Amino acid sequence: MIIALHRERCIMKVHSSKLAVATAILTIFFSATSRSEEAGRTEGPKSSLQAKIEYCTMCHGSSGQGYRGFFPMPRLAGQQPEYFENQLRAFAERRRENRYMSSVARTLSPSMRTALANHFMHLNPRPLNGAPRQLVSTGKKIFEEGDPNTNVPACMACHGEEAKGQRETPRLAGQLNDYIVSKLVNWKKERGQDAAKPDISAVMLPTSHNLTKAQIAAVAAYVSYLQ
Amino acid sequence: MNAQMMKFFRSKIVVLALVASTVPSLAGSIEPAKFRNCAWCHGESAEGYGPAPRLATQRYQYIENQLLSFRDHTRDNPFSKQYMWGAAANLSPPTMRELAIYLSALPPRAADDGDKELAAKGRALYEDGNPASNIVSCAVCHGPNAEGIRDIPRLGGLSYYYLKRKLEQWGEGYHTTAHAPMPLIASKLSSGEIEVLASYLSFVK
Repeated sequence: MIIALHRERCIMKVHSSKLAVATAILTIFFSATSRSEEAGRTEGPKSSLQAKIEYCTMCHGSSGQGYRGFFPMPRLAGQQPEYFENQLRAFAERRRENRYMSSVARTLSPSMRTALANHFMHLNPRPLNGAPRQLVSTGKKIFEEGDPNTNVPACMACHGEEAKGQRETPRLAGQLNDYIVSKLVNWKKERGQDAAKPDISAVMLPTSHNLTKAQIAAVAAYVSYLQ
Repeated sequence: MNAQMMKFFRSKIVVLALVASTVPSLAGSIEPAKFRNCAWCHGESAEGYGPAPRLATQRYQYIENQLLSFRDHTRDNPFSKQYMWGAAANLSPPTMRELAIYLSALPPRAADDGDKELAAKGRALYEDGNPASNIVSCAVCHGPNAEGIRDIPRLGGLSYYYLKRKLEQWGEGYHTTAHAPMPLIASKLSSGEIEVLASYLSFVK
Protein backbone atom coordinates (compact mmCIF):
# COMPACT_ATOMS: atom_id res chain seq x y z
CA MET A 1 0.00 0.00 0.00
CA ILE A 2 2.77 2.43 0.92
CA ILE A 3 4.59 1.63 -2.31
CA ALA A 4 1.42 2.02 -4.35
CA LEU A 5 0.63 5.36 -2.78
CA HIS A 6 4.16 6.51 -3.23
CA ARG A 7 3.95 5.66 -6.92
CA GLU A 8 0.69 7.53 -7.24
CA ARG A 9 2.26 10.45 -5.45
CA CYS A 10 5.17 10.58 -7.85
CA ILE A 11 2.80 10.84 -10.78
CA MET A 12 0.98 13.80 -9.31
CA LYS A 13 3.65 16.34 -9.99
CA VAL A 14 1.63 19.34 -8.99
CA HIS A 15 1.56 18.86 -5.24
CA SER A 16 2.43 21.65 -2.94
CA SER A 17 4.63 20.82 0.03
CA LYS A 18 1.57 21.20 2.25
CA LEU A 19 -0.06 18.43 0.29
CA ALA A 20 2.97 16.24 0.57
CA VAL A 21 2.68 16.43 4.34
CA ALA A 22 -1.03 15.60 4.18
CA THR A 23 -0.24 12.70 1.86
CA ALA A 24 2.39 11.36 4.22
CA ILE A 25 -0.07 11.45 7.12
CA LEU A 26 -2.73 9.78 5.04
CA THR A 27 -0.24 7.19 3.81
CA ILE A 28 0.42 6.12 7.38
CA PHE A 29 -3.28 6.08 8.11
CA PHE A 30 -4.18 4.02 5.06
CA SER A 31 -1.39 1.51 5.46
CA ALA A 32 -2.69 0.83 8.96
CA THR A 33 -6.21 0.28 7.69
CA SER A 34 -5.49 -1.66 4.51
CA ARG A 35 -8.26 -4.10 3.92
CA SER A 36 -6.70 -6.39 1.40
CA GLU A 37 -6.92 -9.28 3.85
CA GLU A 38 -10.63 -8.72 4.25
CA ALA A 39 -11.42 -8.72 0.55
CA GLY A 40 -12.72 -12.27 0.92
CA ARG A 41 -11.52 -13.99 -2.23
CA THR A 42 -13.19 -17.32 -2.85
CA GLU A 43 -10.70 -20.13 -3.02
CA GLY A 44 -11.29 -23.58 -4.47
CA PRO A 45 -11.54 -25.08 -7.92
CA LYS A 46 -12.92 -22.75 -10.58
CA SER A 47 -15.24 -25.49 -11.75
CA SER A 48 -16.84 -25.97 -8.34
CA LEU A 49 -20.55 -25.27 -8.03
CA GLN A 50 -20.06 -22.39 -5.59
CA ALA A 51 -17.59 -20.71 -7.95
CA LYS A 52 -19.98 -21.09 -10.89
CA ILE A 53 -22.95 -19.76 -8.92
CA GLU A 54 -20.87 -16.72 -8.01
CA TYR A 55 -19.85 -16.37 -11.66
CA CYS A 56 -23.54 -16.34 -12.73
CA THR A 57 -24.40 -13.71 -10.13
CA MET A 58 -21.72 -11.31 -11.42
CA CYS A 59 -24.04 -10.56 -14.34
CA HIS A 60 -27.44 -11.83 -13.22
CA GLY A 61 -27.44 -10.16 -9.79
CA SER A 62 -26.36 -11.32 -6.36
CA SER A 63 -29.65 -13.23 -5.82
CA GLY A 64 -30.32 -13.94 -9.48
CA GLN A 65 -32.74 -10.99 -9.62
CA GLY A 66 -31.35 -9.84 -12.98
CA TYR A 67 -29.30 -6.75 -13.80
CA ARG A 68 -29.46 -3.90 -16.26
CA GLY A 69 -26.07 -3.66 -17.93
CA PHE A 70 -25.50 -2.52 -21.50
CA PHE A 71 -27.84 -5.43 -22.21
CA PRO A 72 -30.59 -6.48 -19.81
CA MET A 73 -29.45 -9.62 -18.00
CA PRO A 74 -32.48 -11.76 -17.18
CA ARG A 75 -33.72 -12.78 -13.76
CA LEU A 76 -32.79 -16.40 -13.02
CA ALA A 77 -34.37 -16.58 -9.58
CA GLY A 78 -37.36 -18.88 -9.37
CA GLN A 79 -36.93 -20.01 -12.96
CA GLN A 80 -38.27 -23.41 -13.97
CA PRO A 81 -35.28 -25.80 -13.92
CA GLU A 82 -36.35 -27.58 -17.08
CA TYR A 83 -36.50 -24.30 -18.98
CA PHE A 84 -33.19 -23.19 -17.42
CA GLU A 85 -31.36 -26.34 -18.56
CA ASN A 86 -33.03 -26.29 -21.97
CA GLN A 87 -31.76 -22.77 -22.58
CA LEU A 88 -28.20 -23.59 -21.54
CA ARG A 89 -28.27 -26.51 -23.99
CA ALA A 90 -29.70 -24.27 -26.70
CA PHE A 91 -26.95 -21.67 -26.13
CA ALA A 92 -24.26 -24.34 -26.22
CA GLU A 93 -25.65 -25.84 -29.45
CA ARG A 94 -26.23 -22.37 -30.92
CA ARG A 95 -29.92 -23.00 -31.38
CA ARG A 96 -30.33 -19.89 -29.26
CA GLU A 97 -28.20 -17.01 -30.50
CA ASN A 98 -26.20 -15.10 -27.91
CA ARG A 99 -22.48 -14.60 -28.24
CA TYR A 100 -21.83 -14.32 -24.52
CA MET A 101 -24.07 -17.09 -23.27
CA SER A 102 -22.92 -19.54 -25.96
CA SER A 103 -19.36 -19.45 -24.71
CA VAL A 104 -20.54 -19.58 -21.10
CA ALA A 105 -22.84 -22.55 -21.68
CA ARG A 106 -20.21 -24.54 -23.53
CA THR A 107 -17.99 -24.63 -20.44
CA LEU A 108 -20.76 -26.15 -18.30
CA SER A 109 -21.09 -29.91 -17.91
CA PRO A 110 -24.63 -31.38 -18.00
CA SER A 111 -24.47 -32.05 -14.25
CA MET A 112 -23.35 -28.46 -13.60
CA ARG A 113 -26.30 -27.17 -15.66
CA THR A 114 -28.66 -29.23 -13.51
CA ALA A 115 -27.04 -28.06 -10.29
CA LEU A 116 -27.25 -24.39 -11.34
CA ALA A 117 -30.89 -24.78 -12.40
CA ASN A 118 -31.73 -26.29 -9.01
CA HIS A 119 -29.88 -23.53 -7.18
CA PHE A 120 -31.58 -20.59 -8.89
CA MET A 121 -35.02 -22.21 -8.77
CA HIS A 122 -35.07 -21.76 -4.98
CA LEU A 123 -34.16 -18.06 -4.88
CA ASN A 124 -36.92 -15.51 -4.47
CA PRO A 125 -35.63 -11.90 -4.43
CA ARG A 126 -37.97 -8.98 -5.07
CA PRO A 127 -38.46 -8.04 -8.73
CA LEU A 128 -36.10 -5.35 -10.06
CA ASN A 129 -39.01 -3.19 -11.24
CA GLY A 130 -38.49 -0.07 -13.34
CA ALA A 131 -41.18 -0.73 -15.99
CA PRO A 132 -43.72 2.01 -16.88
CA ARG A 133 -46.58 1.56 -14.38
CA GLN A 134 -49.17 3.01 -16.73
CA LEU A 135 -48.84 -0.02 -19.02
CA VAL A 136 -49.63 -2.57 -16.33
CA SER A 137 -53.41 -2.71 -16.70
CA THR A 138 -53.25 -3.15 -20.49
CA GLY A 139 -50.62 -5.80 -19.99
CA LYS A 140 -52.72 -7.66 -17.45
CA LYS A 141 -55.59 -7.86 -19.91
CA ILE A 142 -53.39 -9.26 -22.67
CA PHE A 143 -51.77 -11.69 -20.26
CA GLU A 144 -55.12 -13.00 -19.06
CA GLU A 145 -57.23 -12.79 -22.21
CA GLY A 146 -54.88 -12.52 -25.16
CA ASP A 147 -56.07 -10.60 -28.22
CA PRO A 148 -58.53 -12.63 -30.33
CA ASN A 149 -58.41 -10.04 -33.14
CA THR A 150 -54.74 -10.68 -33.83
CA ASN A 151 -54.56 -14.35 -32.89
CA VAL A 152 -52.70 -13.76 -29.65
CA PRO A 153 -53.54 -16.43 -27.07
CA ALA A 154 -53.68 -15.64 -23.36
CA CYS A 155 -50.12 -15.83 -22.00
CA MET A 156 -51.62 -17.27 -18.83
CA ALA A 157 -52.69 -20.44 -20.66
CA CYS A 158 -49.09 -21.67 -20.82
CA HIS A 159 -47.16 -19.50 -18.38
CA GLY A 160 -49.70 -19.95 -15.59
CA GLU A 161 -52.03 -17.58 -13.75
CA GLU A 162 -49.20 -16.20 -11.67
CA ALA A 163 -46.70 -16.31 -14.55
CA LYS A 164 -44.58 -18.85 -12.68
CA GLY A 165 -44.23 -21.10 -15.73
CA GLN A 166 -44.11 -24.88 -15.71
CA ARG A 167 -41.58 -27.43 -16.93
CA GLU A 168 -40.07 -26.08 -20.18
CA THR A 169 -42.31 -22.99 -20.19
CA PRO A 170 -40.47 -20.16 -18.45
CA ARG A 171 -41.47 -18.19 -15.39
CA LEU A 172 -42.10 -14.59 -16.41
CA ALA A 173 -43.01 -13.20 -12.97
CA GLY A 174 -40.48 -10.57 -11.89
CA GLN A 175 -38.59 -10.75 -15.18
CA LEU A 176 -36.96 -7.52 -16.41
CA ASN A 177 -39.41 -5.84 -18.76
CA ASP A 178 -36.65 -4.66 -21.12
CA TYR A 179 -35.35 -8.24 -21.34
CA ILE A 180 -38.81 -9.57 -22.27
CA VAL A 181 -39.26 -6.83 -24.87
CA SER A 182 -35.89 -7.56 -26.47
CA LYS A 183 -36.59 -11.34 -26.57
CA LEU A 184 -40.06 -11.02 -28.09
CA VAL A 185 -38.95 -8.47 -30.68
CA ASN A 186 -35.97 -10.61 -31.70
CA TRP A 187 -37.55 -14.06 -31.33
CA LYS A 188 -37.07 -15.04 -34.94
CA LYS A 189 -33.41 -13.95 -34.97
CA GLU A 190 -32.45 -15.54 -31.67
CA ARG A 191 -34.46 -18.71 -31.15
CA GLY A 192 -34.63 -21.98 -33.05
CA GLN A 193 -31.54 -21.12 -35.09
CA ASP A 194 -30.74 -24.70 -36.14
CA ALA A 195 -33.17 -25.74 -38.87
CA ALA A 196 -32.03 -29.35 -38.53
CA LYS A 197 -32.87 -29.34 -34.84
CA PRO A 198 -36.19 -27.59 -34.28
CA ASP A 199 -36.96 -26.96 -30.61
CA ILE A 200 -39.81 -25.87 -28.38
CA SER A 201 -39.05 -22.18 -28.99
CA ALA A 202 -41.14 -22.53 -32.18
CA VAL A 203 -44.24 -22.41 -29.97
CA MET A 204 -43.71 -18.70 -29.32
CA LEU A 205 -42.84 -17.71 -32.88
CA PRO A 206 -46.36 -16.93 -34.18
CA THR A 207 -47.31 -15.08 -31.00
CA SER A 208 -44.11 -13.00 -30.98
CA HIS A 209 -44.95 -12.07 -34.56
CA ASN A 210 -48.61 -11.25 -33.89
CA LEU A 211 -48.04 -9.04 -30.86
CA THR A 212 -47.63 -5.35 -31.63
CA LYS A 213 -44.71 -3.47 -30.07
CA ALA A 214 -47.12 -1.66 -27.78
CA GLN A 215 -48.66 -4.95 -26.65
CA ILE A 216 -45.22 -6.41 -25.99
CA ALA A 217 -44.25 -3.40 -23.87
CA ALA A 218 -47.51 -3.66 -21.90
CA VAL A 219 -47.37 -7.36 -21.17
CA ALA A 220 -43.67 -7.12 -20.27
CA ALA A 221 -44.45 -4.32 -17.81
CA TYR A 222 -47.26 -6.33 -16.22
CA VAL A 223 -45.30 -9.52 -15.58
CA SER A 224 -42.21 -7.63 -14.40
CA TYR A 225 -44.08 -6.52 -11.26
CA LEU A 226 -45.42 -9.96 -10.36
CA GLN A 227 -43.75 -11.48 -7.31
CA MET B 1 -23.09 19.78 -28.99
CA ASN B 2 -23.09 23.01 -30.90
CA ALA B 3 -21.09 26.07 -30.03
CA GLN B 4 -24.06 27.95 -28.66
CA MET B 5 -24.94 25.21 -26.18
CA MET B 6 -21.33 24.94 -25.20
CA LYS B 7 -21.27 28.66 -24.51
CA PHE B 8 -24.42 28.29 -22.45
CA PHE B 9 -22.88 25.59 -20.29
CA ARG B 10 -19.64 27.45 -19.91
CA SER B 11 -21.40 30.60 -18.81
CA LYS B 12 -23.46 28.55 -16.36
CA ILE B 13 -20.36 27.05 -14.86
CA VAL B 14 -18.75 30.45 -14.49
CA VAL B 15 -21.83 31.81 -12.73
CA LEU B 16 -21.93 28.77 -10.47
CA ALA B 17 -18.33 29.23 -9.66
CA LEU B 18 -18.75 32.85 -8.66
CA VAL B 19 -21.77 32.12 -6.51
CA ALA B 20 -20.39 29.35 -4.40
CA SER B 21 -16.86 28.17 -4.08
CA THR B 22 -16.09 27.25 -0.55
CA VAL B 23 -14.78 23.75 -1.18
CA PRO B 24 -12.09 23.10 1.39
CA SER B 25 -9.01 22.15 -0.54
CA LEU B 26 -6.11 20.24 0.92
CA ALA B 27 -3.92 22.01 -1.55
CA GLY B 28 -4.80 25.32 -0.01
CA SER B 29 -5.31 26.95 -3.39
CA ILE B 30 -8.71 28.57 -3.39
CA GLU B 31 -10.08 28.54 -6.91
CA PRO B 32 -13.25 30.53 -7.46
CA ALA B 33 -15.09 28.18 -9.78
CA LYS B 34 -16.43 24.67 -9.29
CA PHE B 35 -15.02 23.57 -12.57
CA ARG B 36 -11.73 25.33 -11.84
CA ASN B 37 -11.52 23.03 -8.86
CA CYS B 38 -12.00 19.96 -11.12
CA ALA B 39 -9.53 21.24 -13.72
CA TRP B 40 -6.75 21.49 -11.17
CA CYS B 41 -6.35 17.68 -11.19
CA HIS B 42 -8.50 16.48 -14.08
CA GLY B 43 -7.06 18.95 -16.58
CA GLU B 44 -8.26 22.10 -18.32
CA SER B 45 -10.46 20.13 -20.69
CA ALA B 46 -11.07 17.32 -18.16
CA GLU B 47 -8.85 14.99 -20.17
CA GLY B 48 -7.43 13.44 -16.97
CA TYR B 49 -3.99 13.54 -15.46
CA GLY B 50 -2.17 10.73 -13.64
CA PRO B 51 -4.50 9.20 -11.08
CA ALA B 52 -7.22 11.76 -11.81
CA PRO B 53 -9.38 10.13 -14.50
CA ARG B 54 -10.60 11.72 -17.69
CA LEU B 55 -14.09 13.10 -17.11
CA ALA B 56 -14.68 14.43 -20.60
CA THR B 57 -17.37 12.39 -22.38
CA GLN B 58 -18.02 10.26 -19.29
CA ARG B 59 -21.69 9.24 -18.70
CA TYR B 60 -23.26 12.02 -16.69
CA GLN B 61 -25.30 9.73 -14.44
CA TYR B 62 -22.07 7.95 -13.57
CA ILE B 63 -20.28 11.21 -12.70
CA GLU B 64 -23.24 12.29 -10.63
CA ASN B 65 -23.35 8.94 -8.78
CA GLN B 66 -19.63 9.07 -8.09
CA LEU B 67 -19.89 12.60 -6.69
CA LEU B 68 -22.65 11.34 -4.40
CA SER B 69 -20.53 8.37 -3.35
CA PHE B 70 -17.60 10.69 -2.57
CA ARG B 71 -19.93 12.83 -0.50
CA ASP B 72 -21.27 9.74 1.30
CA HIS B 73 -17.74 8.32 1.67
CA THR B 74 -18.64 4.99 0.03
CA ARG B 75 -15.99 5.51 -2.63
CA ASP B 76 -13.05 5.27 -0.31
CA ASN B 77 -9.94 4.67 -2.40
CA PRO B 78 -6.93 6.57 -1.02
CA PHE B 79 -7.07 9.38 -3.59
CA SER B 80 -10.84 9.58 -3.31
CA LYS B 81 -10.48 10.21 0.41
CA GLN B 82 -7.65 12.61 -0.06
CA TYR B 83 -9.14 14.76 -2.80
CA MET B 84 -12.66 13.91 -3.78
CA TRP B 85 -14.28 13.67 -0.35
CA GLY B 86 -13.39 17.29 0.25
CA ALA B 87 -14.19 18.35 -3.29
CA ALA B 88 -17.66 16.77 -3.20
CA ALA B 89 -18.52 17.76 0.35
CA ASN B 90 -19.97 21.16 -0.44
CA LEU B 91 -21.52 20.45 -3.82
CA SER B 92 -25.30 20.49 -3.79
CA PRO B 93 -27.02 17.74 -5.81
CA PRO B 94 -28.11 20.22 -8.52
CA THR B 95 -24.54 21.49 -8.81
CA MET B 96 -23.29 17.91 -9.07
CA ARG B 97 -25.71 17.28 -11.90
CA GLU B 98 -24.77 20.46 -13.72
CA LEU B 99 -21.08 19.67 -13.49
CA ALA B 100 -21.75 16.09 -14.63
CA ILE B 101 -23.74 17.20 -17.67
CA TYR B 102 -21.10 19.76 -18.57
CA LEU B 103 -18.27 17.24 -18.28
CA SER B 104 -20.11 14.53 -20.20
CA ALA B 105 -20.39 16.87 -23.18
CA LEU B 106 -16.67 17.72 -23.43
CA PRO B 107 -14.94 16.09 -26.43
CA PRO B 108 -12.96 12.91 -25.67
CA ARG B 109 -9.37 12.00 -26.42
CA ALA B 110 -8.07 8.48 -25.80
CA ALA B 111 -5.22 8.24 -23.30
CA ASP B 112 -3.31 5.79 -25.56
CA ASP B 113 -0.90 5.04 -22.73
CA GLY B 114 -1.20 1.25 -22.47
CA ASP B 115 1.08 -1.42 -23.88
CA LYS B 116 0.14 -1.81 -27.56
CA GLU B 117 1.31 -5.41 -27.62
CA LEU B 118 -1.19 -6.37 -24.94
CA ALA B 119 -4.16 -4.70 -26.62
CA ALA B 120 -5.33 -7.69 -28.68
CA LYS B 121 -5.36 -9.96 -25.64
CA GLY B 122 -7.14 -7.25 -23.69
CA ARG B 123 -9.77 -6.91 -26.34
CA ALA B 124 -10.51 -10.63 -26.34
CA LEU B 125 -10.83 -10.64 -22.56
CA TYR B 126 -12.96 -7.48 -22.61
CA GLU B 127 -15.37 -8.89 -25.15
CA ASP B 128 -15.75 -12.50 -24.10
CA GLY B 129 -14.27 -12.84 -20.64
CA ASN B 130 -12.98 -16.30 -19.86
CA PRO B 131 -15.85 -18.59 -18.91
CA ALA B 132 -13.52 -21.49 -18.07
CA SER B 133 -11.95 -19.44 -15.28
CA ASN B 134 -15.15 -17.58 -14.32
CA ILE B 135 -14.12 -14.20 -15.74
CA VAL B 136 -17.20 -12.41 -17.08
CA SER B 137 -17.36 -10.38 -20.28
CA CYS B 138 -16.92 -6.64 -19.63
CA ALA B 139 -18.88 -5.81 -22.77
CA VAL B 140 -22.23 -7.08 -21.49
CA CYS B 141 -22.37 -4.18 -19.03
CA HIS B 142 -19.94 -1.57 -20.40
CA GLY B 143 -20.95 -2.00 -24.05
CA PRO B 144 -19.31 -3.58 -27.11
CA ASN B 145 -17.16 -0.47 -27.62
CA ALA B 146 -16.66 0.33 -23.91
CA GLU B 147 -19.02 3.27 -24.35
CA GLY B 148 -20.95 2.75 -21.10
CA ILE B 149 -24.65 3.39 -20.64
CA ARG B 150 -26.74 5.27 -18.07
CA ASP B 151 -24.77 5.12 -14.81
CA ILE B 152 -22.39 2.44 -16.10
CA PRO B 153 -19.16 4.23 -16.97
CA ARG B 154 -17.51 4.62 -20.36
CA LEU B 155 -14.15 2.86 -20.10
CA GLY B 156 -12.82 3.46 -23.62
CA GLY B 157 -9.93 5.90 -23.65
CA LEU B 158 -9.42 6.14 -19.87
CA SER B 159 -5.78 6.00 -18.89
CA TYR B 160 -3.98 2.71 -18.37
CA TYR B 161 -2.82 3.93 -15.00
CA TYR B 162 -6.28 4.84 -13.72
CA LEU B 163 -7.95 1.66 -15.00
CA LYS B 164 -5.25 -0.53 -13.54
CA ARG B 165 -5.35 1.08 -10.10
CA LYS B 166 -9.14 1.07 -9.97
CA LEU B 167 -9.32 -2.64 -10.82
CA GLU B 168 -6.58 -3.42 -8.30
CA GLN B 169 -8.24 -1.40 -5.57
CA TRP B 170 -11.51 -3.31 -5.82
CA GLY B 171 -9.53 -6.50 -5.30
CA GLU B 172 -7.92 -4.83 -2.25
CA GLY B 173 -11.35 -4.22 -0.75
CA TYR B 174 -11.91 -0.55 -1.55
CA HIS B 175 -15.16 0.96 -2.82
CA THR B 176 -17.31 -2.04 -1.93
CA THR B 177 -20.85 -0.81 -2.41
CA ALA B 178 -23.53 -3.35 -1.53
CA HIS B 179 -24.85 -5.26 -4.57
CA ALA B 180 -22.47 -3.51 -6.97
CA PRO B 181 -20.91 -6.16 -9.21
CA MET B 182 -17.44 -4.66 -9.72
CA PRO B 183 -15.79 -5.46 -6.37
CA LEU B 184 -16.51 -9.16 -6.88
CA ILE B 185 -15.65 -9.15 -10.59
CA ALA B 186 -12.39 -7.27 -10.15
CA SER B 187 -11.28 -9.46 -7.25
CA LYS B 188 -11.17 -12.40 -9.68
CA LEU B 189 -8.80 -10.73 -12.14
CA SER B 190 -5.10 -11.59 -12.05
CA SER B 191 -2.55 -8.78 -12.34
CA GLY B 192 -1.81 -9.96 -15.87
CA GLU B 193 -5.49 -9.79 -16.80
CA ILE B 194 -5.76 -6.30 -15.32
CA GLU B 195 -2.77 -5.22 -17.35
CA VAL B 196 -4.12 -6.42 -20.71
CA LEU B 197 -7.58 -4.94 -20.03
CA ALA B 198 -6.20 -1.55 -18.98
CA SER B 199 -3.89 -1.53 -22.01
CA TYR B 200 -6.65 -2.32 -24.47
CA LEU B 201 -9.10 0.17 -23.03
CA SER B 202 -6.62 3.04 -23.07
CA PHE B 203 -6.63 2.88 -26.89
CA VAL B 204 -10.40 2.63 -27.44
CA LYS B 205 -11.79 5.71 -29.17
